[in-house]
Amino acid sequence: MTQFAQIGVFNQAIVLFAALVLFTSFIMLAQTRMLPLIFSFAWQGALLAVATALVAFVSGHSHLYVSALMTVALKVVAIPWLLYRLTLQLKIQFDAEPVRHPSLLLLGGAGLVIFSYSVALPVVHRSGLATRNTIAVSVAVILIGMLLMIARKKALAQVIGFMSIENGLFFSAVVSTYGMPLVVELGVAFDVLVAAILFGVFFLHMRESFDSLDVDRLTRLSEARDSLPGHGEAGEAPESHP
Amino acid sequence: MTLLGITLVAPLAGCLLLAFLGHRKAAGWLNIGASGVSFGASAALALDVFTGGPQLSAGKYFYIDAFNVYLVALTAFVGLTTAIFSRPYMRHEVERGRVTDRRMRLYHSMYQGFLFTMLLALSTNNLGILWVAMEAATLSTVLLVSLYRTPESIEAAWKYFVLCGVGIAQALFGTVLVYFAAEQHLGGEREDTLLWTVLHGAAANLDPAVLSLAFVFLLVGYGTKVGLVPLHNWLPDAHSEGPTPMSAVLSGLLLNVALYALVRLKMLVDASLHTSLAGYLMMGFGLVSFMVAGLFLHRQHDIKRMFSYSSIEHMGLMTYAFGLGGPLATFGALLHMTVHSLTKSAIFITVGYASQLAGTQRIDRIRGIIRTQPAIGWSLLIGTIAIAGFPPFGVFTSEFLLITATMKAWPWLAVPLLIGFGVAFAGLFRHLQPMVFGEPPAGQKPLHANMLPVMVHLVLVLWLGLSIPAFLARWFEQATVLISGASPL
Repeated sequence: MTQFAQIGVFNQAIVLFAALVLFTSFIMLAQTRMLPLIFSFAWQGALLAVATALVAFVSGHSHLYVSALMTVALKVVAIPWLLYRLTLQLKIQFDAEPVRHPSLLLLGGAGLVIFSYSVALPVVHRSGLATRNTIAVSVAVILIGMLLMIARKKALAQVIGFMSIENGLFFSAVVSTYGMPLVVELGVAFDVLVAAILFGVFFLHMRESFDSLDVDRLTRLSEARDSLPGHGEAGEAPESHP
Repeated sequence: MTLLGITLVAPLAGCLLLAFLGHRKAAGWLNIGASGVSFGASAALALDVFTGGPQLSAGKYFYIDAFNVYLVALTAFVGLTTAIFSRPYMRHEVERGRVTDRRMRLYHSMYQGFLFTMLLALSTNNLGILWVAMEAATLSTVLLVSLYRTPESIEAAWKYFVLCGVGIAQALFGTVLVYFAAEQHLGGEREDTLLWTVLHGAAANLDPAVLSLAFVFLLVGYGTKVGLVPLHNWLPDAHSEGPTPMSAVLSGLLLNVALYALVRLKMLVDASLHTSLAGYLMMGFGLVSFMVAGLFLHRQHDIKRMFSYSSIEHMGLMTYAFGLGGPLATFGALLHMTVHSLTKSAIFITVGYASQLAGTQRIDRIRGIIRTQPAIGWSLLIGTIAIAGFPPFGVFTSEFLLITATMKAWPWLAVPLLIGFGVAFAGLFRHLQPMVFGEPPAGQKPLHANMLPVMVHLVLVLWLGLSIPAFLARWFEQATVLISGASPL
């Protein structure tokens, strides 16, 4: 009886931390300033690592401890630090981005959570794992990350959205199958790290070419532009000015 | 398996070595050398698999069968010919001052890195590693798209990065779901649950509801990289703004690798579902891409953009054909993959020379190539004729097979297909005619161009159109049996 109660407590803790991970997703959705956005992303990573460690403890899969450590190293330390340094370097740390219709955005997020529960239904039905109740939460984190990327115009916010999608994917693997094989997780972590570094390189390039990190400025390439009458020298192909 | 080792290690070593030596004069030769070694080993491997059947590496990490070995050989071959083209082309770009030494190091290193990731994706036995390699292929090329550092190229690279990154994230979720279904059936204690060989053996017992959910995510994910409409937005930008050798390998190879991943997973899903859900989805997406891209061909102003839309069109056709299933359509799709790769990379190489000749990529400024430099003009003309599906080129053969297969299974779908061919043909030729035959602007001078890779590709395509060599036909047949379960011959 006590044993059951104990397992119950830890499972409840997992659900609690899953809920907190989802909560940080909502915070990011509404957070308009850049530095707090980075910090909330780091928080999400930390909560994710705790949840992963708890799953490792409950399930006895020791390789999940490694995953939890990798999460801490990558998503709590390395990537937030990289982004933090970049914001200081580019002097955008006090930038705030006006988000249109914030309440609508949050409602959309809530809608996505409900949608994820219905998407995850067939998976949850067939799962015998103790963590199956949080599968829908992981799907919701993925979808809210996408919503964040759609709603925001600042490149930094889009990167945070991208990385938060990756958090959701990682979480979904942890709670639905107790993690992917280690070699795959290492590969994914490597890809994410390279992606983060590349994003940093892009910020510098974009600042150089566009003098801004607003994705709105990226409008030179489109079919509509090409079809405009009188379109000529302004949008010339790269060859014309070597 | 040592042959596969050489195929993979050569580009990896090239990637590391060229990171330091990529700006030297000899770097172009080193690039060719690494690709050549890789191609030689892959050709030997192909013969090995052809005679000896599928191979599984010792640690079960790599699996080579008739389907992927031909793509490995094709990838290594186009990698080699494009490397041969890239040496003088990039030197010309350096002379024009468009790229610095540092960027040449990046370019050469990432060229080999890109080949490595594609070969890894094709040969791995692990679906997770397949995903990792596909994502790494994006990462290795994203800085090459923005190599010229123009605002347009940075925009294109950002789009490529974000759209493909988010798109392919869906595929990772799909992979997690496949893993989940496999664990349900095979138990969680095993280490090999994500291996293709294991999954394929157990596919009939995997849960159909989970797998159909997984396939939707996988289709969206890998479909983004294939360039299926409406997920294609990154493709024309990335292909048109990067250096031309990159356009050739992106169009000719990367799209194939993504489609390969999709077809592998379709094989799993089909075995589990016993319905044609996956096939219908692929047919729908493929046909829409085919039609829409054909229409977009008409309103292009940039020559590389135009041929990228032609790539979307052909990838759509292949996706449709693999979705159609059945031995004839599968055989046609495999043949189409080959001839499209060869033709499209030849076209991009020619287009690279044509735009160097005219000094612009804008279609209305490229005029009279055939008068200034007949070799480039004729290559462009013949390449476009080939890609538009004229006999006696190989594209005609494969498209004819696909129409025949469509007539058998879905007769009324032959109508949109034929209309699509016509629309695409008109779209290509309305732009091509003045570029090749028009009046050349004053002062347009011929340049030093190595047309050997183009000739080799076009002759191969012609050969495939006139008569498919017996051993190649048997090879395709083996792959067809693997995918569709029956022989077309």
